[in-house]
Order: sequence, then C-alpha cells, then structure tokens
Amino acid sequence: MAEAMKMRATMDGDVADVKVLIQHPMDTGLMKDKKTDKLIPAHFINQVVATLNGKTVLDAQWGVGIAQNPFIGFRVKGAKAGDKIAVNAVDNLGAKFDGEVVVA
Amino acid sequence: MNQLRRAFLKNAGTVGAVAVAIATGLLKPITVFAAAWNTSAFTSKDLGEALKNAGYDGAAESSDIVIKAPDIAENGAVVPVSATSNIPGTTSMAIFVDKNPAPLIADFTFSNGTEPYISTRIKMAKTSLVRVSVKAGGKNYISSREVKVTIGGCGG
Repeated sequence: MAEAMKMRATMDGDVADVKVLIQHPMDTGLMKDKKTDKLIPAHFINQVVATLNGKTVLDAQWGVGIAQNPFIGFRVKGAKAGDKIAVNAVDNLGAKFDGEVVVA
Repeated sequence: MNQLRRAFLKNAGTVGAVAVAIATGLLKPITVFAAAWNTSAFTSKDLGEALKNAGYDGAAESSDIVIKAPDIAENGAVVPVSATSNIPGTTSMAIFVDKNPAPLIADFTFSNGTEPYISTRIKMAKTSLVRVSVKAGGKNYISSREVKVTIGGCGG
C-alpha cells in the first residue's frame, strides 16, 4: 500500500519534530458489524519502530486502544537536516507498513 | 457491560492464537523489533494487572509528567493525548486508560536522543482517568488526568 504511511520531519532548534500518520482500521475485536451482527475480528498495528540513519530512536508496542488511522508525534534530539528517519510497523496479522522521510 | 466483557474475552483468545502462531514461526516478526509484543500486558483487563504486566507497577505519583488531553472529548474514538516527561533519564513511557476494556494503550521506549515526549490519538470507552507512566533511573513514575467522554469509542 503506497499511501498507507505519511511522514513529516522538520527541525525545531536541535530537535527533529517527527509526525507519522498510518492508514489502518485498528479494529479492536470488540465491535460488531452492524449489517451481519458478527464481531469484526481484531486487526491492529502492534509494533512500531523508528530509526534515525539506521539507529533505533523509538520502539513502540501498541494495543487496540490507539485510534483508527494512528498518529504519532515524537522528537529526536541530535538529528540534522538531511538525516533519514524511517518507520517500520507491523500489525497483528503480520502486514508490514514502512515509511521514510528526510529531515527538512 | 457484560456484552463487552464477553466480546473482550473472545478477543483475548484470538490474540493468544496470534502469539502462538508467532512463537511457532508461522508469522515471522520483522527482526528490527527489540522485544516480542507484550501479550499479557495488552490483554490485561484491569489497570493494576496491566501496570504490573507492563512493568510499571509501584510507580510514584509525579507532577513532572505533563499530560495534555482535552477535559471533555466529544468522540471517544479519537482522543488526542500528548505527554512529556521532565524526569531526567526517562527511558520509556506508557499510556493507560483506567476504564477501557484493555487499559494499556501503548508503551514507547526512547533511545539515541529521542526526547521523552509522545503525541498520539487514543480510544476511550467512557469517562476515565488517562494515566501516563514512565521509567527513569530504575524507578517508575505516574501521572493522571481525567477526560470526560460523551460518546464512547470502543463499541459495545
């Protein structure tokens, strides 16, 4: 999925302000499909890792309580304009989501 | 509420099945992930259990953790929350919602100069305390803030 992840990273002093938006239903497994009255199975992103030039800067584990189409913002100290920030995510069904951005 | 509980128990079963699938190598996680997904913490149904399983038990109340969240959230499905820890040496941060079917929302580990700050959007089933707990220097700290929810975001 080409447009599944959108990223932006901008310098704010000596800190890169990174914003990540991932398209994902984040189904909790608790909601019923209104038409069929059956539970929608759990389908959610559960692990997210961000790297700066290949070094891990953020390692996250998520549960079903992160809202649909997840957003995260974080701040990486010591980054410079031109550095590469990548985000790799995987959901509970094993689907992978990757994104990369150059710090502006 | 009982409906929600039954549904949640059902869900806990499927999450367990996924963990088994990963363990047996049916689903290979990407190697970059440092630790396996903490199934016991994320499927804990009450706050105390979730805090303990996530390794944030025995946390001291601290006003150095600043939580930003709306006082009233009209839509519990999308509640913007951000948190900053001003405690030196903060290495990780977790978000909990007391009254969600699964209180642990997310657990973040910071490394290589990332500031102890996270901004995200969470789901809230109903009015509840939102807690942010951090690990710093081998100790746990916690802070909380109430968010009133007018329409829940977890079905049921």
